[in-house]
Amino acid sequence: MINRIPWVLVIFLVALWVPWYGSRFYTFLATDIAILALFALSLNLLLGYTGLVSFGHAAYFGIGAYTSAILMKTHGMPFAVSFPAAGLMAAAFALVFGYFCVRLTKIYFAMLTLAFAQIVWAICFKWNDVTGGEQGMPNVPYPDMSWMAAIPGLGGLRLGDQFYLLVLVLVALAVAALRRIVSSPFGRMLTVIRENPERAEFIGINVRRYQLAAFAVAGFFAGLAGALFGIFNRGVFPDFAYWTKSAEVLIMTILGGMGHFWGPAVGAMVLTLLNQQITSYTEYWPLILGSILVILLFGFPGGIVGALVAAGRRLTRRGNA
Amino acid sequence: MLELRDLHKRFGGFSAVAGVSFELPRGSIMAIIGPNGAGKSTLFNLITGHIPPSAGQVLLAGRDITGAPPYEICRLGVGRSFQRTNIFPHLSVFECIQAALIAHHRMGRNFWRRSETLYRAETEALLHSLGIADKADSPAGALSHGNQKQIELGIALASDPDILLLDEPTAGMSAAETHETIDLIARIARERGLTLLFTEHDMEVVFSIAQSIGVLHQGRLIALGAPEVVRADTEVRRVYLGERE
Repeated sequence: MINRIPWVLVIFLVALWVPWYGSRFYTFLATDIAILALFALSLNLLLGYTGLVSFGHAAYFGIGAYTSAILMKTHGMPFAVSFPAAGLMAAAFALVFGYFCVRLTKIYFAMLTLAFAQIVWAICFKWNDVTGGEQGMPNVPYPDMSWMAAIPGLGGLRLGDQFYLLVLVLVALAVAALRRIVSSPFGRMLTVIRENPERAEFIGINVRRYQLAAFAVAGFFAGLAGALFGIFNRGVFPDFAYWTKSAEVLIMTILGGMGHFWGPAVGAMVLTLLNQQITSYTEYWPLILGSILVILLFGFPGGIVGALVAAGRRLTRRGNA
Repeated sequence: MLELRDLHKRFGGFSAVAGVSFELPRGSIMAIIGPNGAGKSTLFNLITGHIPPSAGQVLLAGRDITGAPPYEICRLGVGRSFQRTNIFPHLSVFECIQAALIAHHRMGRNFWRRSETLYRAETEALLHSLGIADKADSPAGALSHGNQKQIELGIALASDPDILLLDEPTAGMSAAETHETIDLIARIARERGLTLLFTEHDMEVVFSIAQSIGVLHQGRLIALGAPEVVRADTEVRRVYLGERE
């Protein structure tokens, strides 16, 4: 019964109405969540599907953000160009960095992803002429959304609300593509590599090449998320590529549950909302976050979605009995 | 079909494989026996590209495949199973076989089709011939050791190999399971015209299906020939079958 409801569609439709029934603040939160959900889902292609632990996923988020911001602000390009360019640039960097990373395994792989991310951060931080250095690039323009006025009901919305709708649609399309990829033959090969890379070689899979492809695809979607985030944030700053950003998206993914496609999206939502709620009561947010993570890792290793799925199964079994 | 020429593998100062040569004709069944540590698994790993040899050559149908990576050797028609069961534990039995078929048909580059709809009939057929069709939806890692060995065989067969290398296919099985597994392997090898190279501890199994036997001792083949010849060899009796002169 519960399974028959198209939850994803329901959530998408509910999210579409946020600008009309919520305040400006809710639109702000919902935009944040939608973008970070795409970011976390892109990481999970590596973490949950290919079994690669990347500690440097923020690099591609940052590269996407800077690419889009530089194209839009410095060169006056339209968003329709800068948005795909952000993904492609991030994927290109992921290909180059990934070429070296997939030559290593486990913790060495993770350390190398971190090292490359720190290099990206250092370049963003120091290359004043192009990236704005430490000051970043403030005042990234909104995309031209005047065409939305042609759609009945959207013309009267605030710019932030219009941008939110654009983000929602683009994220939905990107996530649909990701979902398609994980259930494609390519995605199945990634799962096989996660399960047993040694055996995968012996069924004729060039493991490194597939890992590299996964790395580039994950980088592409992280780049798209970064491009959106730069506009949403009204500016792009070096800390987009800093290691704490990589840790944050890793936490979202594990919190939500990397064993399930939607886990990271739920993780992004819960972490953002918790952060918002708890920081209004106490300044000890990291303390609370740490405690939540400890409880989660010991009590619910499958993350929030993993625990919900297990609970749902128990309920159905009891219902059938 | 398969030819080894003076194959060597040294790990530091230790020679795990020290000059092994033999030729395996198409369609034949050969067993490699020898005590633990004789170099059997290393030999398999050299043939399938898992580790590169220190010296010597591996030829497959006349083609030099020495040092090629495992995925290429697999694509050239060499399938293998492992001594320690080596499957995809969190996939269902069906998905394990299906994934191997997808890899074999080089469909893995496809980003857009739905993998679950591919090669269903072939997967079913293979599961039937292995006798595990009833377990298709179980997670592979949750099944018995014997079943996992069958899945492993299925994964190897999905690549439609010409030659199959089985590293102790009945390790850890009960007598009844061993019997069933050997019948199954012999039947499939016959049906598909496979060339078979296997290692085995169970002498009864070895002498029941092997057409030739190589005895490996400290990295060298100390005897090679038809089962009755090997059985009669005094050197083999001394080092392996445990008899004193």
